[in-house]
Amino acid sequence: MKTHVETTINGEPVECLIDPSTTLLGMLRNDLGMTGTKEGCGSGDCGACSVVMDGELVCSCLVLGVEASGADIETIEGVADRDKLHVIQEKFLEHAALQCGICTPGLIVSTKALLAENPNPTEEEARYYLAGNLCRCTGYDKIIKAVMDAASAVREA
Amino acid sequence: MVAVTYHAPTSLDEAVALLSSSELPAKVLAGGTDLIIQMQKLVTEQRLIVDLKKIDGMQSATLSDEGLTLGPSLCCAKLTRRDDIKDVFPGLVEAAYLIGSSQVQGRASVGGNLCNASPAADTIPALIANRAVCQIVGKAGERSVPVESFVVGVGKNCLEPDEILKAIVIPHPGKATSDAYLRFIPRTEMDIAVASAGASISLDSDGICTNARVAIGAVAPTALVVEEAARKLIGQPINEATLEAVSQAASDASTPISDRRGTAEFRRHVVGVLAKRAVMAAADRAKEK
Amino acid sequence: MSEARQFQHIGQRTIRPDGFDKVTGRANYGADFTLPGMVWGKILRSPYAHAKITKLDVSKAEAHPDVLAVATHQDLPSVNAEAFAAGETAMDVLDLARNVLADQKVLYHGHAIAAVAAKTEAAAEVALDLIEIEYEVLTPVVTLDAAIAAGAPVLHEDMLTQGLDQPATEPSNIASRMELKKGDVEAGFKEADVIVERVYETPTVHQGYIEPHATVVRYDDKAPSLVWASTQGHFDVRAAVSKLLKMKLGQIKVIASEIGGGFGGKTTVYLEPVAMILSKKSGRPVKMVMSREEVFRASGPASASRSKVRIGAKQNGELVAMEASLHFEAGAFKGSPMGPGCMTIFTPYDVPNMYVEGFDVVLNKPKVAAYRAPGAPQAEFAAEMAMNELANKLDMDPIELRLKNAAKEGTQTIYGPKLKQVGLIECLEAAKQSPHYQSAIGDGCGRGLAAGFWFNIGGQSSVTLNLNPDGTGTIIEGSPDIGGSRASMQMMAAEVLGIEPSRLNPLVADTETLPYNQTTGGSRTTFATGMAVIEAAEDVVSQLKERAAALWNVTTEQVDYKNGVALNLAGDDQMTLAEICAAAEKTGGQISGRANVNARGAGPSFAVHLCDVKVDQETGKTDVVRYTAIQDAGKAIHPSYVEGQYQGGAVQGIGWALNEEYVYSDDGVMENAGFLDYRIPLASDLPEIETIIVEVPNAFHPFGVRGVGETGIVPPLGAVASAVSDAIDTPVTKIPCSPPHVLSMILNRG
Repeated sequence: MKTHVETTINGEPVECLIDPSTTLLGMLRNDLGMTGTKEGCGSGDCGACSVVMDGELVCSCLVLGVEASGADIETIEGVADRDKLHVIQEKFLEHAALQCGICTPGLIVSTKALLAENPNPTEEEARYYLAGNLCRCTGYDKIIKAVMDAASAVREA
Repeated sequence: MVAVTYHAPTSLDEAVALLSSSELPAKVLAGGTDLIIQMQKLVTEQRLIVDLKKIDGMQSATLSDEGLTLGPSLCCAKLTRRDDIKDVFPGLVEAAYLIGSSQVQGRASVGGNLCNASPAADTIPALIANRAVCQIVGKAGERSVPVESFVVGVGKNCLEPDEILKAIVIPHPGKATSDAYLRFIPRTEMDIAVASAGASISLDSDGICTNARVAIGAVAPTALVVEEAARKLIGQPINEATLEAVSQAASDASTPISDRRGTAEFRRHVVGVLAKRAVMAAADRAKEK
Repeated sequence: MSEARQFQHIGQRTIRPDGFDKVTGRANYGADFTLPGMVWGKILRSPYAHAKITKLDVSKAEAHPDVLAVATHQDLPSVNAEAFAAGETAMDVLDLARNVLADQKVLYHGHAIAAVAAKTEAAAEVALDLIEIEYEVLTPVVTLDAAIAAGAPVLHEDMLTQGLDQPATEPSNIASRMELKKGDVEAGFKEADVIVERVYETPTVHQGYIEPHATVVRYDDKAPSLVWASTQGHFDVRAAVSKLLKMKLGQIKVIASEIGGGFGGKTTVYLEPVAMILSKKSGRPVKMVMSREEVFRASGPASASRSKVRIGAKQNGELVAMEASLHFEAGAFKGSPMGPGCMTIFTPYDVPNMYVEGFDVVLNKPKVAAYRAPGAPQAEFAAEMAMNELANKLDMDPIELRLKNAAKEGTQTIYGPKLKQVGLIECLEAAKQSPHYQSAIGDGCGRGLAAGFWFNIGGQSSVTLNLNPDGTGTIIEGSPDIGGSRASMQMMAAEVLGIEPSRLNPLVADTETLPYNQTTGGSRTTFATGMAVIEAAEDVVSQLKERAAALWNVTTEQVDYKNGVALNLAGDDQMTLAEICAAAEKTGGQISGRANVNARGAGPSFAVHLCDVKVDQETGKTDVVRYTAIQDAGKAIHPSYVEGQYQGGAVQGIGWALNEEYVYSDDGVMENAGFLDYRIPLASDLPEIETIIVEVPNAFHPFGVRGVGETGIVPPLGAVASAVSDAIDTPVTKIPCSPPHVLSMILNRG
């Protein structure tokens, strides 16, 4: 039997009717049409589905949609301010920190969570925090450079 | 995915009642990082899911002079931000911090890790080393079980179908005592432990070990207390000879299997290396206290 | 030619034009597309590695109220064996038909047998359970030795080894044998003072793209059927669907979605033909997405290999002979990259005597697909390890040994052509001078290096360049963008037209909008599609000159065009591109340029990689502490994306060398079919990947471009494994250097 879920996504109240076995990832992508959050593995091993839920970075494939009731969810769609990119997004583009781009939404959401928790990470801290975001194209080098540059830009802002 | 009926009770009594009266097979939900993956493998089954996170106390962590009372559903990210707890139990916090990625940390809990009872669970050797006790509640009332008896087999804990882990109580280690947890994985993050070791060491002012508890993981169906390692340590200084003895005792106590994560020989060898390194790290921390 | 040419836009680090969509999540990948009325397709897969299907009854599944269609191999028309090219590998139509849906025999665990289309994913899964199948289980053949052993269970009763001196009369699991030779190796070895001879092994690995295969297909009787697919080559998807389903090319329209990685693994088809059948039978659009587990079990990993290598040199380091016997695992159907493996293995070296023989072997594993320079990493790993051991034995620096024997312009390759100008020597020199090589090796660390070669291909690309009345424009090209190539297309067109790159929007068009474009693979895109972009832009320039001439009433020869401005040589007038476009209506209509090329002259790219590792001698754990990738790009159009290719290839190779492998049970079931236990490198596993771009221009491209995408995965296997060898003072002959393997080598060293 379907369950009615009321939640807040990127600051806006949202509701939908879902099967209780639906994950938050499935709810976002299929029930709400928000396909910015990607599925790479469905088992919490790749980070492509990263969102922030009540202030914690999580894999949305490991959260049930019904658990999102009453919660505050932030997805990639809420990072830019309409057509004004967040500085993290700008730095990713500047540093060519993406090639195919499939891991990019997850990485940007995770980077934003990293900098909220630790505004001045060392390179090692950044690499370890982002270890749960797999990238197969870039070898991570330019991603980390973008993250460190974004961290410094955010601190200066 | 399995067909799910979902409830989020707001009291332990309500949760126990749901579990007791359920006609469907029931599972409790804390962080979901193990359960949701397991549920995906089922196709035609039905499950009752009882979400514990809205129950008072399940997500708290209270530190006092007596020790730590840990709500089993507190996510590791929140636990590991507690500097006060890290001060007293650095090894336990280390173990909690190693579970999965940052994203998994945002949901996974010590209680869930313990109840899931994987032979390689990161928290269990650290909990054992710290002499943790599990407080359980069910329709028959409450009971306590030392953590090394909580897990009874691969993926099996001692809870009855109507019982819930209510709290994990860890006694204050006291002065000049500290802990450490190490695990071996092939990468730097993300992997399930191939072998692991947790240790709690107490030292006197001359650096002689006055108390020791060593536990090993991922090398047997459940995490094991290595009594022999403690025997070799108590009354001795932490030097190369004692550490070799600890290493040997840990390897000897292990009964590892060969699988996609490592061979039995590899695990047996490495758990010995980790046991001595964990003892060294715990001893170094104990010296600071 | 392009030596010492000053470019205005080429070589800049522009922001990629598709960037905004990618960083905001707006870009649409394979699984992001929906159509009204869409239903979900799921596949039933074999639980056995080798079995005959003795009963297949789908009636109960068909009867499920939420199921709209069921497909089996019976729904495919009968096809004949016929080779057709797809990306860098050849496919056989009959094999492909049997791979997408098994025909009476299942040949690997996970082999697709049937598919259902249902209203929900959950209903589809329930319906799969209702399909009744019975099997006669056969002995699985899961290792190379088991496959080639006398009396081995045979996968294909009609497989007679091709390429033998004496034709085969009995079926076996060896699909073909190949032989290449140059000079006389036996005579060569007689001159050798030092010989290295070893057997090297590499495991089955996966390309590891983060986006699983996904497609949405809508069959249409009266209009072209629509295929939305995550693919490196949508024209080849069209060709494959056409051949498998006997549909005309004009009846199929394929749109390439944005693609979340491919690396060769998305140059074939798995889901699209099945979805087409389901859509035809159900009358609904059908969406099919592989789970991560399905990707591992049932897409196309890269060949495992065994290479026996023997090389000999004189005391002064001059190589006299190189010989190899290579076995490549093809998986369930013939067609490993054994050929390119044989061709590339010794190509970095100019040696008079070479002999290589190769075997393509089938066994009960998924049919392999291309993976970034297919065949070369496996084969060149063996050669490079042998070279490093040889250098050790000769007490010679491994770079010096390679410099002494380096392939260069005029070198006769073993596979036929002589090399034109190439950059191996330049890469070796750059390696020697690099900060990495100049630095001391850290305590407890080992250092390794390796060279690498890949031919690169050219092939067919087609581009239309349309200009608007306001001087903005569109570059319509047909190469799915796997790494940021649209930025380079923008820059190359801008360079020719003399305008700001941002005025041109590059887009990847569908199969109805352009003539055939070859797959994005073979490191061809910047080279061949770039060539077509340049030609189309030159076509535009000649039209701009004609229009300006008409407006000025002069001849075209009296008009010059430079830096975006037409100049009247017979007067003082100037007109910008935008001004000419504004007047285009008057001078004959809008301006549009076009080029269809079959690009020749792709320049090979050589590389040299350096690697330092630290090994924990008590546990066998290996950490990469420093890494440098040096490679010849000919001319780097967009340096950031060239560096990105070097870094990405290096890290895939590091994973291949350290921790990645398919772990199989004795029954042929993959035990680590997920990202938890199939361990690709993480951000925390790696240091910075330093890069050095060497530029030895390719004379056959207007800007000097060489493809760079593939060569970068070749050296890391040898660089990492020889660094480990150095750190543990034992020659590594088998990868991955996983901790149990390294510890075992440490504990067993003499």
